Amino acid sequence: MVVAPPVETSAKTYDCREAYSRTLEEMAAQDKRVCAVINDSVSSTKLKKFKELFPERFVNVGIAEQNMVGVGAGLANGGMVPYVCGASCFLTARAMEQVKVDLGYSKWNVKLCGMSSGMAYGQLGATHHSIEDMAWTRIIPNLTVIVPADPLETEQVMRYSLRHDGPMFLRISRVPVPKVHDRGYQFTLGRAALMNDGDDVTIITNGILVARALQAAKLLEERGIFARVLNMSSIKPLDSDAILKAARETRGIVTAEEALTAGGLGGAVAEVLALHHPARMRMLGLPDVFAPTGSAEFLLDHFHLNAEGIVNAALDLLGAKK
Amino acid sequence: MAESSLKHLQQAANLTRIRAMSMTHHSQLGHTGGDLSSADILTCLYLGGILAVDPEKPYWEQRDRFIMSKGHCSGAFYATLAARGFFPVEQLKTFMDPLSMLNGHPDRNKLPGVEANTGPLGHGAPIAVGAALAAKMRGEHWRVFVLTGDGELQEGSNWEAAMTAHHYKLDNLTVIVDRNRIQQGDFTENTVQLDPLPSKWASFGFAVREVDGHNHEELMQVFHSLPLEPGKPTCIIANTIKGKGVSFAENKPAWHHGVPTREQLLLAAEELGVEVPW
Repeated sequence: MVVAPPVETSAKTYDCREAYSRTLEEMAAQDKRVCAVINDSVSSTKLKKFKELFPERFVNVGIAEQNMVGVGAGLANGGMVPYVCGASCFLTARAMEQVKVDLGYSKWNVKLCGMSSGMAYGQLGATHHSIEDMAWTRIIPNLTVIVPADPLETEQVMRYSLRHDGPMFLRISRVPVPKVHDRGYQFTLGRAALMNDGDDVTIITNGILVARALQAAKLLEERGIFARVLNMSSIKPLDSDAILKAARETRGIVTAEEALTAGGLGGAVAEVLALHHPARMRMLGLPDVFAPTGSAEFLLDHFHLNAEGIVNAALDLLGAKK
Repeated sequence: MAESSLKHLQQAANLTRIRAMSMTHHSQLGHTGGDLSSADILTCLYLGGILAVDPEKPYWEQRDRFIMSKGHCSGAFYATLAARGFFPVEQLKTFMDPLSMLNGHPDRNKLPGVEANTGPLGHGAPIAVGAALAAKMRGEHWRVFVLTGDGELQEGSNWEAAMTAHHYKLDNLTVIVDRNRIQQGDFTENTVQLDPLPSKWASFGFAVREVDGHNHEELMQVFHSLPLEPGKPTCIIANTIKGKGVSFAENKPAWHHGVPTREQLLLAAEELGVEVPW
């Protein structure tokens, strides 16, 4: 666990795709091995400028995700470091066998950037939601899985990915988020970031929900309940130590994720607890359902993935009055 | 090609055949039919001096890449790699043994000379396209070869890869189709028709040549003529016979993953003019 320096959360929000694409351009300028592979989606992957700057290192395979991931493996075989970018729903589901065999099993140094993950494509419906990607990617041996929370962490995760030799899945949202990390923060693989300290209850979350969890912690504090908030951006490897410490030191754990809880962050935390230190839990996320139609914000509220929902889950866990 | 060289290649191919069959007999698992149909193609590439590879330096950056997309024919592939010196021939005896480096399907992390983990079909072509793109990006001159089965071409990923190869004018890429006309369950044309296969590849932008996949002179000639057209990827359709060289296995769907008995192994060796290796 690393302690995240406090930051003043402001109303200003950011699209983490901007940080991802800007960082990728900077890395490509410094390292000739960096290249990008996409499936037609130049604008949704925010790679228009990358294409202009490095046309010879930009591969558009068209609408062909299986091929896209295989091409990534081949590029890695040829000594390149490919960033294979596409909407997470298609990148993972359509190319799952390639992700398993060509990346996980083969250990090729390919970085998958699953864009607009979770329910970011709200109104477009369940076909375009990517609520399954956490469970699918997390279980593949050798595949590192990271969900950054804000622009700074996205930039740091991108830079880390170039130093990391092996396949990775980076889940990058388009839902606007405030800054939750201060410049002094340093992402560390396999280490959760302590965003807020407390000994009553622990909230473990990541991605776009970190800001909401911090709001929940403030609301709980007003009631005299001190919540520990962990940003578990590193889903695999998972920071088991931080989870077990939370289980020992607080009265229960609430997980909150923009994904199916089965197999996702909730499932991952529960696996650690069940084996080493059974603790009381509440899991926020999608139960065994596809999401209905609505904007991303609407759907997050619909599934109680907001400050109020997290507060209620914590109160319920503690047996306190709502 | 000199007669003596051709004779040498023929002997090497038949040695690969009997080694593959012995491996399958040993493990009681394997894919005899495809091992026998692909043996000549593999022999010409690896032992005919076509592939620029170095067993002493299997990860040499400038090497030519050969991707065995039909990973189930690992018997012939492993026997060829061993003959080329990537690992001792003795090791072939451990085919599919517990903890063996010789998996049923090739694993690049276990065995030097294996470029890609294959087995599920339709994975090799996209990987080959990526490796060919990498050469273009880096201004390097290595070439990429991928051997696919014919039934395998029913996987759509091959055609996705073909479109990309054409679009990026990958004339450093050669797809070789082991056209033995039999897949696991039946003849390909009784399953889902592939013909007219040459014009399919041509329409996807490949320079296409059909050859007799058992005629070493023809194979060597076409391999020496690559790329067939500058600016275009190549597709070589190697017309082969599944089970080639062993009378009881030839052209019989049941021998897709048939396992020879000891008696059949001895008979095969006699027909191939080689000895059973172990």
